[in-house]
Amino acid sequence: MDNTIVATHDTHAEEHHHSLPQLRHHFETEQQQREAGTFGMWLFLLTEIMFFGGLFFAYLLYRNWYNPAFVAASNQLSIPMGTVNTAILISSGFFMALGVWAAEVRKQGLLVLFLLLTTLFGCLFLGVKYFEYKEKWEKHHIPGANFDISEFVNPPLNPTTHKPIEEPLSPDMAKKTQVFFSLYFVMTGMHALHMIIGIVLLGWLTWRANRGEFTEGYVAPIENFGLYWHFVDIVWIFLFPLLYLINRHPGT
Amino acid sequence: MSATSSTIVNLPDQRTATLPKKNYINAEDGILSWLLTADHKRIGILYLITITFFFLIGGIFAGLIRLELLTPQPDLVASDTYNKLFTLHGIVMIFLFLVPSVPATLGNFLIPIMIGAKDLAFPKINLLSWYLAVIGGSFTLATMVLGGVDTGWTFTTPLSTHYLNTHVVTAGLGVFILGFSSIFTGLNIIVTVHRLRAPGMTWFRMPLFVWAHYAASIMMVLGTPVLAIAITLVALERTLHIGVFDPALGGDPLLFQHLFWFYSHPAVYIMILPGFGVISEVISTFSRKRVFGYTAVAFSSVAIAVFGFLVWEHHMFIMGVSNYSALVFSLLTMLVAVPSAIKIFNWSFTLQKGSITFETPMMYALAFIGLFTIGGLTGIFLGSLGMDVHLTETYFIVAHFHYVMVGGMLMAYLAGLHFWWPKMTGRMYPEAVSKLSAVVSFIGFNLTFMPQFILGYLGMPRRYHAYPAEFQVLNVLSTAGATVLGVGFLMPAIYLVWSLKYGKIAGNNPWQATGLEWQIQSPPLTENFVESPVIDYEAYDYEWLAHKTEQEVTTVG
Repeated sequence: MDNTIVATHDTHAEEHHHSLPQLRHHFETEQQQREAGTFGMWLFLLTEIMFFGGLFFAYLLYRNWYNPAFVAASNQLSIPMGTVNTAILISSGFFMALGVWAAEVRKQGLLVLFLLLTTLFGCLFLGVKYFEYKEKWEKHHIPGANFDISEFVNPPLNPTTHKPIEEPLSPDMAKKTQVFFSLYFVMTGMHALHMIIGIVLLGWLTWRANRGEFTEGYVAPIENFGLYWHFVDIVWIFLFPLLYLINRHPGT
Repeated sequence: MSATSSTIVNLPDQRTATLPKKNYINAEDGILSWLLTADHKRIGILYLITITFFFLIGGIFAGLIRLELLTPQPDLVASDTYNKLFTLHGIVMIFLFLVPSVPATLGNFLIPIMIGAKDLAFPKINLLSWYLAVIGGSFTLATMVLGGVDTGWTFTTPLSTHYLNTHVVTAGLGVFILGFSSIFTGLNIIVTVHRLRAPGMTWFRMPLFVWAHYAASIMMVLGTPVLAIAITLVALERTLHIGVFDPALGGDPLLFQHLFWFYSHPAVYIMILPGFGVISEVISTFSRKRVFGYTAVAFSSVAIAVFGFLVWEHHMFIMGVSNYSALVFSLLTMLVAVPSAIKIFNWSFTLQKGSITFETPMMYALAFIGLFTIGGLTGIFLGSLGMDVHLTETYFIVAHFHYVMVGGMLMAYLAGLHFWWPKMTGRMYPEAVSKLSAVVSFIGFNLTFMPQFILGYLGMPRRYHAYPAEFQVLNVLSTAGATVLGVGFLMPAIYLVWSLKYGKIAGNNPWQATGLEWQIQSPPLTENFVESPVIDYEAYDYEWLAHKTEQEVTTVG
């Protein structure tokens, strides 16, 4: 047998040895697998954009139709709580980004720590959300359950000036605040559902990270989950101004 | 082998031929090896069995509808039962048969092979999408067992949210889950086409089957989530009484229509585009010619995917939308006819001066061209505003979309199934009886639906179980046709199963076709190729094939 052939064969076997155990049989190279995974994740996020897009479209339509009702109803949302939650969620996203970095530089302890922090801040967000929803329940702002329009027809008076603190709405327009709250609950609810799914996945990823699965060169799951988590962040970045902030006091 | 002979079928010597010892069917044994498989070919077979089952159920509903309409009086079923029949017929046939029909069976089986890959990019997600289809199908079956749903397949609000107490949420959940099954299939196909093409398999060397699936997948990925949110909102309105579509709370029922048709019009192209892909392959093979205007046909698929998203409002012309937007949408509807026409003309030019032979797939494909053209042209009637007011919600529209979906898509599906049956099973179907079934289906189909065009033009409304006596003659014709059509569809079910054991051994390439899938053994190996192929020829290059065959004669023993 020719020596050169044996030598080539050896290096070939060694090369093969170096490839990751996670390399699936139908991919030629690790890079191909990683690119395919990331591409698939982006496409999935595209479907998510279309999913939320339907809701944003409904929001746009009704905001134009029932602008006074939307303004009055959005004044009922708590800006401090929304702001705190935005900060919490951005922090969660920040730790997720650090987690991806930790996986890439193969620091197992740091990765687990950052994933736990991501989870913690995600749970904090849902906690704040719980108090916001509870407040809506107490104020009778849940469409279909206990909705009460009297506050929009006869807004409470300002104790010093004895004028209504809000522009009163006609009963007909006041009923339309239910559309705002329906959209508010569906949009933030769908967002919260995505967070809950994300937190479940985070638990599973943390468990696997703790076994050292993602710090030996195979970072694709962390990277792709990071994309998902940032997407959920970005949905909130659109929800917060649209629902809480814009045009709260027209004419002032 | 000469081009002038009446057949191109070239089978190995039946006395010595055997199926390959190792192939994807016998690679592993046991029911679990199928239920947990990650092999795209096996998942394609699982899908084939599933959608055949649901096609049977949907067909039974269709049979009952046609039986009821045999007489003008309501005598077979009560009116609300009739409503449930046509609703379930629609839901089953659209979401459980037509949407997955070609992409999830033939597409799943063939796309990786056609581009020289070992599997789809995400085999486990592929399996997941089959399980989602089964779960979604189970919800639909549960709806039937529990007592049905009678909203029509469109789930129209406020009918679906306020006025019915049938199982809307169960059925809606089924559709929601089936939507995700479809999304994952589309996602898998797009990533596979982008990332897993073999060396040398450039975009413009891909078979047109792959192009058509690529375009359909784009629509699946972009359209289906909008259906998902629309159905979710309907379910939330029914259960929690929120007010997005409810006029009593200020919601707009028309918004549901917009969201629903934003998916459901593109869904028409999700259903028909893969069929176009099948027809391109079949027409080329049985004309022994490269598809005329390959690039135009490829881009027309993409053009349909783009234009298809911009025409949804033509389903709503009589629903009080603005006249100006109706004008724009009418114009856009005319535009989407252009890429479809490009395909029809290019297939016709492929046939011109080709060495045409009339095997079963070709007969179905020719039926497709004729029937789809009728379906498409009557679509132009419905897209023009004045005619639409007269024809919409009549049997004209029923006939129109059955010409597209059954005459078009189902014929294409059967063309593809017969064409690739030898590749999937290693055995030929019986040629004579299958030609007969193609003819029977063609006659039965036209007998069923041609009278419905006339009925609709005369003003018979759809979705009613009783009608004036003067319409009976045409309805009897239609029911008679449906019986013939039923026989035409039952025949393949019987002889294809028969052929699994008794069919002739097909060999690698019974059609002498050029596609990569025909250059490997039938049925293929689990990973399709012994070694990764390198592609150095264009699609539909019959000279390359003849040259290759000449060389192989001396090397294959």
